[in-house]
Amino acid sequence: MHKILDVKQLSKDIKSMTVSAPEISKRAKPGQFIVLRIDEKGERIPLTINDFDVKTGSITIIFQEVGKTTRKLGMLKKGDFLIDVAGPLGHPGRVEKLGTVVCIGGGVGAAVIYPEARALKEIGNNVLSIIGARSGDMIILEDKMRKISDELFITTDDGSYGRKGVVTDPLKEILTKKKIDLVIAIGPIIMMKFVCLMTKQFNIPTIVNLNPIMVDGTGMCGSCRVTVGNEVKFACVDGPEFDGHLVDFDELAKRNARFAEEEKKSSYEFKKELCRCKKDS
Amino acid sequence: MQKRLLMPEQLPQDRIKNFNEVALGYTEDQAVAEAKRCLQCKKAPCMPGCPVEIDIPGFIELIAKRKFSEALNILREKNNLPAICGRVCPQETQCEIVCTLKKKGEPVAIGRLERFAADWGRKNRRQTTDHRPQTTGEKPRAAVIGAGPAGLTCAGDLAKTGWKVTIFESLHAPGGVLRYGIPEFRMPRDVLDYEIEYVKNLGVEIKTNIIVGRTVTIEELFDAGYKAVFIGTGAGFPYFLGIPGENYNGVYSANEFLTRANLMKAYKFPEYDTPIKVGKKVAVVGAGNVAMDSARVALRLGAEKVCIIYRRSRSEMPARAEEIHHAEEEGIELNLLTLPIEIIGDDKGWVKQMRCLKMKLGEPDDSGRRRPVKIDGSEYLEDIDTVVIAIGQGPNPLLLSQTSGLKLNKRGNIVADDITGETSLEGVYAGGDIVTGAATVIEAMGAGKRVARAIDNGVNSKHEARNTKQYQMTKI
Repeated sequence: MHKILDVKQLSKDIKSMTVSAPEISKRAKPGQFIVLRIDEKGERIPLTINDFDVKTGSITIIFQEVGKTTRKLGMLKKGDFLIDVAGPLGHPGRVEKLGTVVCIGGGVGAAVIYPEARALKEIGNNVLSIIGARSGDMIILEDKMRKISDELFITTDDGSYGRKGVVTDPLKEILTKKKIDLVIAIGPIIMMKFVCLMTKQFNIPTIVNLNPIMVDGTGMCGSCRVTVGNEVKFACVDGPEFDGHLVDFDELAKRNARFAEEEKKSSYEFKKELCRCKKDS
Repeated sequence: MQKRLLMPEQLPQDRIKNFNEVALGYTEDQAVAEAKRCLQCKKAPCMPGCPVEIDIPGFIELIAKRKFSEALNILREKNNLPAICGRVCPQETQCEIVCTLKKKGEPVAIGRLERFAADWGRKNRRQTTDHRPQTTGEKPRAAVIGAGPAGLTCAGDLAKTGWKVTIFESLHAPGGVLRYGIPEFRMPRDVLDYEIEYVKNLGVEIKTNIIVGRTVTIEELFDAGYKAVFIGTGAGFPYFLGIPGENYNGVYSANEFLTRANLMKAYKFPEYDTPIKVGKKVAVVGAGNVAMDSARVALRLGAEKVCIIYRRSRSEMPARAEEIHHAEEEGIELNLLTLPIEIIGDDKGWVKQMRCLKMKLGEPDDSGRRRPVKIDGSEYLEDIDTVVIAIGQGPNPLLLSQTSGLKLNKRGNIVADDITGETSLEGVYAGGDIVTGAATVIEAMGAGKRVARAIDNGVNSKHEARNTKQYQMTKI
């Protein structure tokens, strides 16, 4: 059992949760993830470790409430418990001094990019960051990202905050003006795909962090297989970071929709259940 | 009486609609009658056939005398998991094949009797004798990695000799393949839980959600004071066919398919949160026990037609005869001498068809089985919407890649001594599927048992001095 030490609302439906996990906090590195289960009937879901603190023996995860599991997670409060937290899983991100690195976080992807951007900054890189979201109320970690970035660009689809547009707009300007050594892009599949298409034109190495459907997260089931450069890889143990120019994003998008119908049903049943509870109380 | 007593079973038309156990077990009277068939041979040929060294005539004689509790005691002396072995051991190729009765008729149903005694104990809440050592002599701590058949056996046996054992399990529940792989209709979860509880009652601590290699390393286990480490991580890495289309939606590894259904209880979706999607026409590629389990799970999840696709013929099928029999009874079709060469999908990425070739048997290959040879021009398309790949599992490289100095063979399995389980690293032992490649539950248990003995004995004379000094091992 893992005690929830803190919950923060970061935006409309994005929350950060700090959980007691001393063993994991000792070993966690940027880019790695955990698998958690809320309760006995819960599913196992992978979530990237956003932060870790050995002193308090805790890790922080950030999640967007989209389906039943993340909604249930979002309903938990400080002092509640998670039945299972396992990790840290996956290979850590490569943190090297390269020169100038562009770190792109789309939506809740900003939570994933943050620890990596911070590590890259700490080791002496010039870090240019771009965070994007559909609208201003979905932008997260702006202050934290600003602190560790030499420059921060914010884009929103609807222009309600930062500049109107998508993350590839400022990226294009940066790539045209400056010599960039590496781009890291983490966010929706469609965003990563278009970032990679662009960086390929400029011939800039690009790393993406993938979040396919997983069960165990330890290489046992192959649910998370992705095609990378014509080879089949398991994102949980071979990744989650890959050379973005080699990833078959279209296949990944299709595979991530495998259980769309079931997820809908699950969410629907859950909402019904919640309504019933409200009426009863 | 040349024939053994049949064990009652759920009827095929009923059982394909539920996940309850298929075989129902003997009643007391049936067990006694079957036990009485045993000739009590002086030189019991059945005993050397048992990888965990059970006193087979001994426990059967006690059943014949209706001393069920005592019979279970004899089983538990050697076997920490009799209710499991009684269900999934291939007795027909181990103890029963050498039974004297087999010369004239059917062998004693040793497995069914083992199952009976274990179930009797559970149902009657009868505790067996405490097999823990009575002495309070301090023995060191041992770490066991993986709470599957090998790990549970090794841990239980070490605990019986006085070691303080901790099992580290990567999943959220112990049992390994018994939990994620074998379906409930072959291994009810209350039976599994009960057997694991027995091991815990021997003093074994089980820590779940610890991925050795990630959460903690083997080196750190030694630093933390463990004097011996047993690796029993099994064969948890699924093989795929390597044919085009394998990443289409609707293609599962057997591991994924079974883990969703068994460990995560996806068959109870949406009550349980983990989904599983099974179409109308399911093809299971492979013909081992895992393939049979996958096929039968698919049927219970509502598939209209389930077929096994296997490139060799019936006599080469690696599954137990009983499993094939049960599968066929339930209506699973066997598509033999058939090789899938491509999976075809629709524009949304879902499986639609499978392109197959017909095969014929040629000369024997390295395994001694006749090699399947393609028949030219036999290509055809089969309409399919779900594919489960059950062609075997290899060693999961996660722990192995994080443990430097651990010698592996070409297939990626750990190189370990057949008897003692010693690896290239001092104090590190291995056994079960991680050493042999995918095999049976009982073989893994046998390895766990042998290694426990080796650890407790201090391995061998050559290393004894070193071990005694370094690991303060106590000799028995």
